[in-house]
Amino acid sequence: MKKLCIALALLTLSGIVPRAEAKVRVISTLQDFASIAQAVGGDKIEVDSLAKGYQDPHFVDAKPSLILKLSKADLLLVAGLELEIGYLPPMLDQSRNAKIHPGNPGYLDLSQGCEVLGRPTGTVTRAMGDVHPFGNPHYWTDPENGRRIARAIAARLAQLDAANAAAYQSGLASFEAKLTDKEKQWASKMTPYAGAKVVTFHDSWPNFAKAFKLEVMGHIEPKPGIPPSPTHTLEIINVIQQNKIKAILVEPYFDQKAPKFIAEKTGAHVVVLYPSVGGTPQITDYLTLFDADTDALVGALGGN
Amino acid sequence: MQKTWLLGVALCACSAGLALAQDTPPPETPPPPEAPAATGGAGTYFNPSIAVIGNFLGVAGNNDTENLPAASLRESEVSFQAVVDPYGRGDFFVSVGKDGAELEEGFLTFTALPWGLLAKIGRMRVPFGKINPLHGHVLPWPDEPLPMVNLLGGEEGWVGDGGSIGKLFALPADIASEATLAVFNGESDGLFTTPETRREVAYLGRLRFFRDLVESTNLDLGFSYGGGPNGLTDTSDTTLHGVDATLRWKPLRTATFRSAMVRAEAIWSRRDDPLATQDANGWFVSAEYQFLKRWFAGARYERSDHADDASLQDRGIAAVLTFWPSEFSQLRTEARRRSYANGETADEILFQVQFAIGAHGAHPF
Repeated sequence: MKKLCIALALLTLSGIVPRAEAKVRVISTLQDFASIAQAVGGDKIEVDSLAKGYQDPHFVDAKPSLILKLSKADLLLVAGLELEIGYLPPMLDQSRNAKIHPGNPGYLDLSQGCEVLGRPTGTVTRAMGDVHPFGNPHYWTDPENGRRIARAIAARLAQLDAANAAAYQSGLASFEAKLTDKEKQWASKMTPYAGAKVVTFHDSWPNFAKAFKLEVMGHIEPKPGIPPSPTHTLEIINVIQQNKIKAILVEPYFDQKAPKFIAEKTGAHVVVLYPSVGGTPQITDYLTLFDADTDALVGALGGN
Repeated sequence: MQKTWLLGVALCACSAGLALAQDTPPPETPPPPEAPAATGGAGTYFNPSIAVIGNFLGVAGNNDTENLPAASLRESEVSFQAVVDPYGRGDFFVSVGKDGAELEEGFLTFTALPWGLLAKIGRMRVPFGKINPLHGHVLPWPDEPLPMVNLLGGEEGWVGDGGSIGKLFALPADIASEATLAVFNGESDGLFTTPETRREVAYLGRLRFFRDLVESTNLDLGFSYGGGPNGLTDTSDTTLHGVDATLRWKPLRTATFRSAMVRAEAIWSRRDDPLATQDANGWFVSAEYQFLKRWFAGARYERSDHADDASLQDRGIAAVLTFWPSEFSQLRTEARRRSYANGETADEILFQVQFAIGAHGAHPF
C-alpha cells in the first residue's frame, strides 16, 4: 500500500495522472486570442498569454519563464503568418511539450480560416523590408476575424475536451451575440468617417482599415521594420498635406519622435491606437479593444 | 384527432418562435477568400530551412600575438534546419572559412520525450556557460572574450560529439530552472584529447536559474561543471568550473528601441600536469545599451590566465558600437586594447560586417 501511494504521488507529480477537475490549459501568443478563448471557454479553461498587449508582438524574448508556461499547456493559439517566427520555434522545442507542436491538435494557427490581407503576389525579397511572405499577420484587428477566431477556438476546445463541448458552444454563442451588438455600435460611431484617410506607423492596420472603411495612404516606416529616413519623412509630410489627413496611427510600442515631428509639421493628430487587448488597463477584452480604438479615432477624425 | 394534430403544430410553431427569439443567430460571416496555393510544389514542403550568414572582419593596428588578417571573410555559416519526424528536429551548421568547410554543429533534438526531458545527440557547442554555446554571429562583440580563448580551447571553444539531456523545473518564487547533463567523446580541439578515445570521455553538468525580477528586468544565473582528458598522461584530466550571470533590462513598451544588458562569466580550470598542476582562471564583464532602435553601445573588461601555464595572464578592455541596418545585417566596430602575458600591448580597431540570407532565424536571447 505504501509503495502504491508513493508510486501514485510520483505519477501525479510527473503529470501522468490527470489533475482533479482538470481544466484545459490554453496559452496564446497574443492577449487578444486569450481574451476570445476566455470568452468561449469560461470556467472550463485556464488561459495565459506570452506577449503583453502593449508589447511589439514581433519581438518577444524567449524567456525560460515563458517556456515553462508552454510546457504545461494543452492548447497553443498562434497568429501564424510568421508573426512569431523570431521566438516561438525555439521555445516550442525547449517546452518539451509535443502536444502543442505544429501538426498536433494542441496547436492552433488562427490565421487559417481568417481573412488575411496583404499576401504578396509577386517575388518576395528582403529588399521589401521585414515582409511577411504569407500575408499581413495583424488580421485580428477586424472584428469579423474575431468571430472566425472564436469559432475556430470553440471547435478545437470541443475536440480536445468533448465532455464540455456544449459549454464551449454556449460560450461561443454568447460571445458572438455580444460581438454582433458591439459591431453595430462601432459601425454607427465610425459611419461619419467612412473613407477617412489616415497614415500609419507600421503596416499593422489593413484589416482594421477595411472593417472601418478607412483609407491608409502611407506608412511612416518606409518598409516594414525600417525606421523612417529624412527623405521618406518628407514624402509622408507631403502625402498628409496633399490629402488633408487628420490622423497618424501609431502603436504604443513604437518610438513617437517621428510621428510627433510629422504631426507638428502638418497639424495632423498622433493617435495611439492599441492593436491588442491589455494595451491599457481599460482594454480588458476583445470588445473593449475596439471601443477604445474607435473612440480614439473619432476623437482625432472629429477634431476633438 | 384533428384538434390534437392542430395543437401539436401550434406548440411546435410557438416553441420554434421562442427559440428564434431567444437565440437569434449571429449574422453569417462571409468566408475568407481562399489562400493562394503555396509556391514551389509539394516537392519543397519537406526541405529544410536554409540560411547563410557571412561574417567579414577587418582589423587595423598592430598585434603580433593574435595576428588577424587586415581583411577577411572570417566565416560563412550555412544552416539547415527541419523537423525530422514527430519525435525530433535536426539542425546542421556548416562553417566555411579559408581552411575549408567544417561541420560546426549537427544534432538531433528529441522534442517529444516523456517527463519533460529534452535530449540532443550529435555534434554540438557544449552548454558550458552562457557564451560557449553561442555561434560567433550572435555574440555582442566581433571577437571572443579571453577566458573562452584561453581556457576553453581557443576561438572555437568547446565543441563535443555526444549527447545531452535536460529538464526544466519550476522552483518556488517563480524561478525557472534547467538542469543539463552531457557526455561527449574525449576530443575537443585545444581542450581535451586522448589516445583512448572510447574509454576517456568528457562530461558536463549545468544548472541554470532564471527569474523575472520585475516585468522589465530579469536575471539569469548559471553554474557549469565539466571535465575530460587533457592527454598529457594516460590519467591526466582538465576540470572546469564556471559561473555566469546575465542581467537584462528591457521595458516591454519600448523593447524595440531601449534596452540594456550586463553579463559576466568566470571560469576556473584545473589542468593535471606531470610537471605541476595548473590552476588557471579567467573572467569578463560586459555591458551594452541600446540607445536607438538600431544602435547599441557597449564595453567589456576581460582577463584570463593561460590554461597550460597559470602564471601567464592576458588582459583586455574594449568599447563596441553596433548598428543594425535591418534584422538581417549588422555593422560593428570595436576598439580594444589587449595586454598579453608576453609583454605586448596591442591597440586595435576591429570592423565587422555580418549579413544573413535565407530563412528567418530566431532572435537571440
